[in-house]
Amino acid sequence: MIPELGQISLILALVLATLLATIPLYGAWRNDERLMSLAPSLVIGHFVFALMAYLVLTVAFINHDFTVTYVAMNSNLLLPLAYRLSAVWGGHEGSLLLWILMLAGWMLAVLMFSRALPTVYRTRVLAVMGMVSIGFLLFTLLTSNPFERILPGPPDGQDLNPLLQDPGMIFHPPLLYMGYVGFAVAFGFAIAGLLGGKVERDWVRWSRPWTLTAWAFLTAGITLGSWWAYYELGWGGWWFWDPVENASFIPWLIGTALIHSQAVTEKRGAFPAWTVLLAIAAFSMSLLGTFLVRSGVLTSVHAFANDPERGLFILAFMTIITGGALLLYALRAPRIMTGEGFDFVSRETALMLNNMFFAVSAGMVLLGTLYPLVSDFMGWAQVSVGPPYFSAMFILLMTPVVMLIPLGPMSRWKKDGLGRILKPLLISAIVAIVLGVAISAWLGAWNARAITGWIGGLWLIFGTFSYVRNALRGRRRGLPRHQIGMIMAHAGIGVFVIGVAMVSSGTIQRDIRVEPGQTVEMEGYRFELTDIVSVKGSNWIADEARFIVYRGDEELYTMNPQKRRYHRSGQVMTQVALRPGFTRDLYIAMGTRLDDSSNAWSIRIHIKPFVRWIWAGALLLALGGLVSASDRRYWRERRVEARQPGQSGSGASTGDEVPA
Amino acid sequence: MIRMLVPLAIFVGLVIMLVAGLDTAEERKLVASPLIDKPVPTFSLPGLFEPDVVRRDADFLGQPWILNVWGSWCWACRVEHPFVERLGREAGIPLVGFNWKDERSDALEWIDRYGDAWTTHVVDFEGRSAIDLGVYGAPETFLIDHLGTIRYKHIGPIDQTIFDDLMRRIMALRSEAEAS
Repeated sequence: MIPELGQISLILALVLATLLATIPLYGAWRNDERLMSLAPSLVIGHFVFALMAYLVLTVAFINHDFTVTYVAMNSNLLLPLAYRLSAVWGGHEGSLLLWILMLAGWMLAVLMFSRALPTVYRTRVLAVMGMVSIGFLLFTLLTSNPFERILPGPPDGQDLNPLLQDPGMIFHPPLLYMGYVGFAVAFGFAIAGLLGGKVERDWVRWSRPWTLTAWAFLTAGITLGSWWAYYELGWGGWWFWDPVENASFIPWLIGTALIHSQAVTEKRGAFPAWTVLLAIAAFSMSLLGTFLVRSGVLTSVHAFANDPERGLFILAFMTIITGGALLLYALRAPRIMTGEGFDFVSRETALMLNNMFFAVSAGMVLLGTLYPLVSDFMGWAQVSVGPPYFSAMFILLMTPVVMLIPLGPMSRWKKDGLGRILKPLLISAIVAIVLGVAISAWLGAWNARAITGWIGGLWLIFGTFSYVRNALRGRRRGLPRHQIGMIMAHAGIGVFVIGVAMVSSGTIQRDIRVEPGQTVEMEGYRFELTDIVSVKGSNWIADEARFIVYRGDEELYTMNPQKRRYHRSGQVMTQVALRPGFTRDLYIAMGTRLDDSSNAWSIRIHIKPFVRWIWAGALLLALGGLVSASDRRYWRERRVEARQPGQSGSGASTGDEVPA
Repeated sequence: MIRMLVPLAIFVGLVIMLVAGLDTAEERKLVASPLIDKPVPTFSLPGLFEPDVVRRDADFLGQPWILNVWGSWCWACRVEHPFVERLGREAGIPLVGFNWKDERSDALEWIDRYGDAWTTHVVDFEGRSAIDLGVYGAPETFLIDHLGTIRYKHIGPIDQTIFDDLMRRIMALRSEAEAS
């Protein structure tokens, strides 16, 4: 296929997006059915052309079309097919194309699954998303065209960054982008609500499943990225507070606040302004994340760095989108402030605290991430704040959250008594403390961090399940899906907390010099290095260490870490050997050959307790989000609501109230 | 209404800071190049003023030299230009301007306006040699020793600090060349 077709497709998509953002929107303003009825075909066309552009680039990668600069820069003749397919989004230009395709996909999904929305409202949502698409299409066409040619093309291309030649990396960016872009839906719903001057429970209920889905994708994407960094970067860490990681974490924190805030607004009509603001902020932070990653404003291990012109474009785009949204908010929000009152002890208060903690956490991460900029701007020395700042701040802000999570679902709307909430949780608390101390003692993890981690984690898990017991009492059918999802997510945090506490307090790490024939003893494990050999892959060669791991006299397994050198780029990569386990991971990374005469290498061995629990907990969170989003009530009740907007939804029919 | 403007005000503050951050973005950037301590990829490229004269990497063997990637479209290249000029005057070794993804007329006009800082020019309008060099984005500055090995690479515009650092490295390379 001719690469220029891809470019033409992008231009056509841009034309359609521009039409979508103007004509139907005008129609929605004038209440002109005829103009609004253009929206569906424009959305479909926009998706078709975005898909076409994406496919054209994919075909160029499959066929090794090195006359396309982007292909020449990110692929070569030796690259396996799977990585050629994922190389499409391996660089800056292609990942933007993926962004656009996903945005178009989300728009199509809104069109297909929101048929019950009032036409005016749905049109506004789609038009706002069209505006977002215009920005990204312009960005791609003007500054980062993936279809640019070099004629005649080089005989062979560069290599895809070897760090990215990994199964984890195939799925990490798409999941992350699905989350980022998915927040555009919540953003579209919020803006459409503001445009209509009526931000009420309607749009909140309609946007909830979308927000939950986007949030679940983002959670999964961040989890996968963390897991990838763990085994691929060879440092044994799972989170580095790196600017690029933070760029995805900030929208996640805001998104977490948003899904909870939406629940309050939908059920009780409270905090509508919070919800609108969080919806704007979640997407704006996604844009900011993109800006930080693309502009080279911040140094990062991921070093996706690029030229400032691109940064300037995203910044201008973000200014228009976010600035416009916030201006609209300032103009319209006074009209939407219609909360119902509630007592201090109530579920509203619990969720407001949740909102505040998450919003403040996001603000702190943002501040820490931008600190080099802030200090530079203020004329102080250019300094970065490191992991100590983030860890201290996070422990401070998240400890109350962990303590409060089980209380939230237990509390009732509007008015409740502290005694009533706490009583059923008392047993959970006692069990968590006793069991937490006992487990820590049994594991020999006798330090404050591990003990509090176990207590906190078990408190979350038991507290959540005591809610289940309460909720099931006197109920014939099972729990609705949105509650099952919530339970999974809250329990997932418990699992996560235990993992984090154990890894951060109990990791054992040793850097040693070994030669073949030598053994190393650690924690009852014996690592014997039998040999160091040369191995060959399709596009790399490597030195491979052959370890046999014993426990006592029993041979457990072999572990073969590698030091790879990729042919095309000459880049050297550490391929760690991992033996995952339920309660601990064994982890071996090869350092460097120490001298030429002997075969001695520096080797790093880690024993990481409960590290899998971190990702298991995070995956539970993501699954919980998806399960919640699939609840029928979001899809079924919509039709009723559409006919009589703003009528019900105050609790009676939702099945979410806590049984007495 | 005033209270509702608070988020907007915070956002405006953020944008101002980010714009300021963009100005100095390149200084913060540090990307290790896999080409460090590797021979310069072979190239033969036409000159800027004399399109029919071809220059090769081998022409510069025997002394250290500097390769500076730039383009008239490159906004950050204007920022670093005064320091590139100083490099040309003070380094005492060839400073090769590598004009990247440009148009000849634009490049010549740019030099007319801002001055010619380089001792020699090569052009790579299509960016093919730049791919071999692993150019990340303009401007980039390579230091190459008398044996034709890339010894150092700086990504982003040169400022006073970078300039001092480059000069130190250049002096080291010069004495290395004289010693051999």
